[in-house]
Amino acid sequence: MRLLKLVPEDTNIGFVSMRYWAFGITGLLTLLAVATVWFQGLNFGVDFAGGLMIEAQFPQPPQIQQVRDNVDRLGFGESHPSPFGDGRVVSIRLPVPASADPGAAAAEASRVQASLRAEFPGINFTRSDNVSGKVSDELIRKGIIAVLLAVFGIAVFSWLRYEWQFGVSTFVAVMHDVLMTLGFFAITRMEFDLTIVAAILTIIGYSINDKIVVDDRIRENMRKYRKMDMGPLIDLSVNEVLPRTVMTSITVLLALGALLLFGGHVLRGFSAAMMLGIVIGTYSSIYVSASMLITLGLKAEPPKAKGGPGRRSGPQNESYDGAQV
Amino acid sequence: MLNFPRWKVIGIWAILAFGILLSVPSLLPPSVSEYLPGWAQRVHVNLGLDLAGGSHLLYEADTADVARARATLIEDTVRRALRTNTPPIDIGEVSTSGGQLSFVVRDPTQVDAALQVVRDATRPSGFGGVREWDVSNQGNRVTLRPTQAGLDNAINQAMTGAHDVIDRRINALGTREPTIQREGTNRILVEVPGLQNPDQLKALIGRTAHLEFRLVDLSVTPQQIQSGRAPIGSQILPYAEGGPGARIAVQRRAIITGDMISDARQTFDQQDGRPVVAISFDGNGTRRFARVTQENTGKPFAIILDNVVLSAPRIDEPILGGSAQIRGSFTVDTANSLAISLKSGSLPVALRIIEERSVGPDLGADSIRNGIIASVVATAAVLIFMFLSYGRFGLYADLAVAINLFIIVGVMALMNSTLTLPGIAGFVLTMGTAVDANVLINERIREERRKGRSVIMAVENGYKEASRTIFEANVIHVIAGSIMLLMGSGPIKGFAVVLLIGIVTSVFTAVVFTRMLVSQWIRRNRPTEIHI
Repeated sequence: MRLLKLVPEDTNIGFVSMRYWAFGITGLLTLLAVATVWFQGLNFGVDFAGGLMIEAQFPQPPQIQQVRDNVDRLGFGESHPSPFGDGRVVSIRLPVPASADPGAAAAEASRVQASLRAEFPGINFTRSDNVSGKVSDELIRKGIIAVLLAVFGIAVFSWLRYEWQFGVSTFVAVMHDVLMTLGFFAITRMEFDLTIVAAILTIIGYSINDKIVVDDRIRENMRKYRKMDMGPLIDLSVNEVLPRTVMTSITVLLALGALLLFGGHVLRGFSAAMMLGIVIGTYSSIYVSASMLITLGLKAEPPKAKGGPGRRSGPQNESYDGAQV
Repeated sequence: MLNFPRWKVIGIWAILAFGILLSVPSLLPPSVSEYLPGWAQRVHVNLGLDLAGGSHLLYEADTADVARARATLIEDTVRRALRTNTPPIDIGEVSTSGGQLSFVVRDPTQVDAALQVVRDATRPSGFGGVREWDVSNQGNRVTLRPTQAGLDNAINQAMTGAHDVIDRRINALGTREPTIQREGTNRILVEVPGLQNPDQLKALIGRTAHLEFRLVDLSVTPQQIQSGRAPIGSQILPYAEGGPGARIAVQRRAIITGDMISDARQTFDQQDGRPVVAISFDGNGTRRFARVTQENTGKPFAIILDNVVLSAPRIDEPILGGSAQIRGSFTVDTANSLAISLKSGSLPVALRIIEERSVGPDLGADSIRNGIIASVVATAAVLIFMFLSYGRFGLYADLAVAINLFIIVGVMALMNSTLTLPGIAGFVLTMGTAVDANVLINERIREERRKGRSVIMAVENGYKEASRTIFEANVIHVIAGSIMLLMGSGPIKGFAVVLLIGIVTSVFTAVVFTRMLVSQWIRRNRPTEIHI
């Protein structure tokens, strides 16, 4: 049986030589993403915006306009009904009640349900969330802190473990991944809720994992080929790990594709964010973080004196201590 | 590195078998698993509310309310202490606002004596008790400010009390496996699985249920009630039976308070058959109620719930039996929930809902089904892809991935973790990273073979070099996962739990276990060429 080889063995792509193009395009896209997030904002779900979300399952797909009229008539604000899947499930969003009375949100929810039930007999309320403005503010703050902690924590880890250039390039590349994902959510207006924060944290983890693999190979080759220039060395390293990068990305994308298609609407945003993140993360390992090492002035022969904490020791050459079988 | 002594092989298989065994109770349908012994039933994965359906309610206590209540309490103490002092100290312009109490000593020569009395009255009780009030004066105005420690202490006590009361109320409702836990300083999280409509639960938990019987103050004129200005010693409260906006004057002093109730249950009025709540008093309550009704026969008394007068019946004859009936516009359900609230004691602090999520059982069942389908398809796709890419080595990796899924369930069961929908996503993703370990190893072996190394050397080096990278990559995932677990809320936590467990188990299955399989195969067949 012939085994599947996605990347031909003699692949040798000159990634480094196209780095200025890559930097330019990447920078432009990132700016675009930031601008969209800044000017258009994200479509926050109830987790972050606060307010009410009621999800109802209708016996037949309803006229969305009819649902909208029904709920808007109650005067709680715009209801933004949006259908899911086969159109029978509709989610209805309402803003945080103006009244300071703590029971107001719950009372609104029951009135909406009663009103819908009267017009659409056989309706079934499958989900209802209401989050006060106080809690949603906390969730936003905690989400941002979690993401920043993750990025910094991991950048510090790779800085302690390798040269500082690796820490910086990883940090820049991962911030790029996060910003691009946010931009995607700003442009598509997909709902941004707590599970998307989990997705972003995972993208960070995955993307850094990818960079570690590339960086690790660069380090290894730096020890092996002490006389080689940085450019060809990085090209060699990236090409060497390319089969692995492609394989892993495709496997994870396969798994996520299954989640996207079969996981139901609750997981759809999460799966979409993850799939996009995998692609962006893989791209940034090659075009952003690896190429950036040259710009940051990483030298082929690391100074001997630098014995930073946690520097890797162990076999530094190509001799093997014979395998036992 | 490829050398596996017999004890190691047995050890590895034993660990895997143990892990898989642990997952069994969680994977059996409930109709089968109920025949398992008790200890085996306890080892199971809980389904989160998003999968099982249920309600999640986050309550926050109004801490200003606690401070207010304390100020009122200290006002009583201080008034009594000053009145009973010899000579009595006369005070005026008493105000309690912002949780602090201040008053004016009418006779300036008595200020020092008053300070002394107040300090004595607010002295911490017992050894090591914290001082709860700062007493100070400006001329003849004396001010008591709550200390932070005292306030924290009071909030903590109130929250502990509230937790107990909620616990009793929910258990009286008979719902299964509720979670009631304190979060932070002034929050309580209530999760009740399987409950779709939380309205009844909310009505029950949120009710302060502060019940009092007091005499109606007949000396207050309707004009005074109209203006809302009650004379000293009485209070004007809304009156539920009198129609909208009706109010009534009652004495400040209570005959009966909620803590004198020994039992409360819903029943029907014997005359008109409407739902009512029957209550019985304890010994102290019975005596007091008997005495007051003897002395005040013919006068009305007020039944007050949460500062609303429910009804004001006339005392026709002395009530000596120690029981009474609360009438109001009740349905059977509301009467029942009031009975439960009364029996469980009153909430020491008002709670309000700041976050509420409920998932219907239908959506939960849908999510489980979708989750299972997605996991099966994802697993199948990954397994096939791995086999197509790496042949025999791919099969070994597949075996490792499959076993890993069971072991994650097993470990979760052992820790009694909760599986949520994001948790299922975590499963799918963990599979991806577990496969990544094998991809790294196998690609490395391919490379080593291309460089012309022997089969044994290639496999040996493949595992050695890749293991280092895998270890580093997993440290990264642990960092990200721990942050999610520490900082995250709800869905993020559910995801992080699976991710963290998966990282640990996948290193074992993807690296140690496959290496053993590969080395055993090499030792048995001594291949000179491998197909990878």
